[in-house]
Amino acid sequence: MDSTANGPAQNATDAGTDTSESLPPSLPRQPNSCSDRESDPTPEERPPPLPPRPNTLRLLDEGGASLRTARPGAPTTLQSRATTAVSLTDIGCHDAGKENHVVREASETLRAKASLNHLTSSRGSETGDTASIRSSVPQGDLGDVENVFGDFVATDTGPIRKHSTGLLQFPEFRADDVEDDFASEFEPVGDVDEEGEHEEQVLERWKAKRKHYLILSAAGKPIWTRHGDGGLISTYIGVIQTIISFYEGSKDPLRSFSAGDTKFVIVTKGPLYLVAISRLLESDTQLKLQLEALYMQILSTLTLPSLTHLFSVRPSTDLKRPLQGSETLLSTLADSFTKGSPSTLLSALECLKIRKSHRQAINNTLLKTKVSSLLYGLVVAGGRLVNVVRPKKHSLHPGDLQLLFNMIFEAEAVKAGGGESWIPVCLPGFNSSGYLYMYVSFLDLRGEGNTADDTTTKEESVAIVLISANKESFFELQDMRNAFVEQMEKNGSIKIIKEAVDRGRPNTTDIVPGTVLHHFLYKSRANVQFTMSSYNHEFSTISRRRRLMSTYNNLHASIHAKHTHVKVHHCVSQSSSSFAWVTPMFELYCVAGANANRNALAQSASKIIEWVRQEEERLFIIGGAVF
Amino acid sequence: MSESTGANTAKPSSSVKLVLLGEAAVGKSSLVLRFVNNDFQENKEPTIGAAFLTQKCSLPTRTIKFEIWDTAGQERFASLAPMYYRNAQAALVVYDVTKPSSLTKAKHWVAELQRQASPGIVIALVGNKLDLTNDANEAAGEAQPEEGHEPSPADGDEATEETQEEPDASNGDARKVPTREASAYAEEEGLLFFETSAKTGVNVVDVFTAIANAIPESSLKSGRGAGAGTGQTSLSGGRPAEDSRVNLGERGPATAKEGCAC
Repeated sequence: MDSTANGPAQNATDAGTDTSESLPPSLPRQPNSCSDRESDPTPEERPPPLPPRPNTLRLLDEGGASLRTARPGAPTTLQSRATTAVSLTDIGCHDAGKENHVVREASETLRAKASLNHLTSSRGSETGDTASIRSSVPQGDLGDVENVFGDFVATDTGPIRKHSTGLLQFPEFRADDVEDDFASEFEPVGDVDEEGEHEEQVLERWKAKRKHYLILSAAGKPIWTRHGDGGLISTYIGVIQTIISFYEGSKDPLRSFSAGDTKFVIVTKGPLYLVAISRLLESDTQLKLQLEALYMQILSTLTLPSLTHLFSVRPSTDLKRPLQGSETLLSTLADSFTKGSPSTLLSALECLKIRKSHRQAINNTLLKTKVSSLLYGLVVAGGRLVNVVRPKKHSLHPGDLQLLFNMIFEAEAVKAGGGESWIPVCLPGFNSSGYLYMYVSFLDLRGEGNTADDTTTKEESVAIVLISANKESFFELQDMRNAFVEQMEKNGSIKIIKEAVDRGRPNTTDIVPGTVLHHFLYKSRANVQFTMSSYNHEFSTISRRRRLMSTYNNLHASIHAKHTHVKVHHCVSQSSSSFAWVTPMFELYCVAGANANRNALAQSASKIIEWVRQEEERLFIIGGAVF
Repeated sequence: MSESTGANTAKPSSSVKLVLLGEAAVGKSSLVLRFVNNDFQENKEPTIGAAFLTQKCSLPTRTIKFEIWDTAGQERFASLAPMYYRNAQAALVVYDVTKPSSLTKAKHWVAELQRQASPGIVIALVGNKLDLTNDANEAAGEAQPEEGHEPSPADGDEATEETQEEPDASNGDARKVPTREASAYAEEEGLLFFETSAKTGVNVVDVFTAIANAIPESSLKSGRGAGAGTGQTSLSGGRPAEDSRVNLGERGPATAKEGCAC
């Protein structure tokens, strides 16, 4: 698949075309009132009309930097944003587009405005044989979503970009032939018996895995591997360690390399080497983020000082022992990446959709029952945040919450205990040097008592998570939980949560009747939260979901590629046509069937945006409860 | 394993704080799960931190409400253990009958408890995973609650050949810790001793019943025990615990298997 990217000097008003489909050179545009115009489009097109600028643009005036920290300082129009419950953290490095953001910052506000206000041209790209890739920038802007994508303006072919920086470096994930055996990706490779009889067989199965994660110490000791055990792969560990240290020695650390369709990405964290080996067509940045999340999990288990201490005392420390029991946390985290995690891709959290007043009622109950030792209080439904209460001066970091949600909902350990749990956990984004203590108990939403039994599915289970810095505060938090749950039962909040959980995520057709869209992801950048449609039907199998996520990975990588300022990206492949639209406010990614009409796709996309805007305060936690 | 609360209402009830300790993967959580939910999960994932569960146990004369701290066995959690056993009136120190090192670890825990925990703490030494031994079948029917009871006296060594004439000796006996060795140690240290299988349920309830019977009356009188701390006041609410007339101080016989309706 050939690819093209804009050089940094070119902005989104550049013209382009695509070769696979032809559009009329110029469609009539709806007249829009122009309040101001401040950028100059390329000569071959007329200046685009400018619709009235909505309030949201004020956010842009604050500059890109504020977006990056998820705390845009526009208190008048976005009063709640400044208290958004989550924020990005440097430790977490969970912002997939970080590098890109840096570029974006440098690219000045003007460009961002221009790109929003002059969404008139389509920026084409070279297309390969297998798929047509097209980027189109529609007219209109946030303030006028109805008109967005109402028509497309295709301009004459602009000059072909000379500096292709590999915008689309991945071929399509060939899920069609993967369908059958992707599920086996997660099966154990088995053990080599004492006589070493099955070694070859086991190794064969090991090699068949599409994704590997390895963690080893700089001294070459295997620490953790997703598949197989240290003994099985010790020779590979040795090779990897040799290669990495060779480059380390020459002060030119190895970050990644490819062999055929296999990508190797290496992250060095102090005394640890983390290696991802993927045949799932993921980008370097995506794999790096995954490895960093695994590293965060190790920190969460051990804390940074104790990790550092272990290796400073004895560089040949075998970290397996201190990490004993947390392997499943690493494995479930790794598997969520391999299956494809929108949360990781977007570096954002998903919330349970409930009415603002209902959320407020739960917030108030949380605040009312709050005890003095409480640091953070969370209500989480199957990995979706329902409520959060936190001190004014501390925010929560998506990376930390990802670790917590993984522990609570993915790894069975906490839930299977059947009781209340009291867990020391280090939240590296909050403070990597010490432990916090987490009280977890599950609600039974089917009435009859307050504890869920093990037949409740992951999506249905609702957890009350109370975090304290005081390790002796279990009973205090237990009291709080009991009072909180009692109050919620009284004021009907439990029922509301249950109903919201039962409702599940909406289908795309619920939002836009008859839409061509099969699935979408919408990230609210200011809130560091995302929402998405249901996986129902189309993406119910694990391999189909993986294909969907690969499409999203692809879109995400394309639109966040370095040195590009793509705002809209349309991509057609054999199995799907997909569409990404990025503004400083949001990122929208959506997927339709292979033959979906582009206009229909775009129209649906703008309807989704409209829907999200209407439902914004239900879809996202804006502010949260602060004390 | 449901309890007939109706019958219990009249009886005085007391809370007993109990902690489970032992090496990782010996089956502490599985024992608790069997006791509390009468359930068993193969390949259960390791506990993280500690889990808090409660279960009532009905004795002929009173009801004991166990407040159970099921701790994680991994070494990195060891430093948190004092928090859980500090005010405990009872402890289950669990080892795996197929893993000698786990008994060694259990002995360390016993020593630590004797040194650091409340002086009156009732300690039970429990060898779990009896289902993996050749004793499993014969033991399934009957409880072996007595201290020093030796279900397989011949099983002196790890050699699988030397076990009693089991019909299916070919299955192999995974037992590595002879009952005699553990029971002798338990007797020496004044511990209750059981071999259990959380998987089949053998002896599980018996352990808890025996503990309930062995808790000294004095410690029941004071509800949660003398040293009750860590803000447990809330939990003691609604518990008519104070009139303990029955002498449960007698330790050892622990034969009241039928007493526990759990």
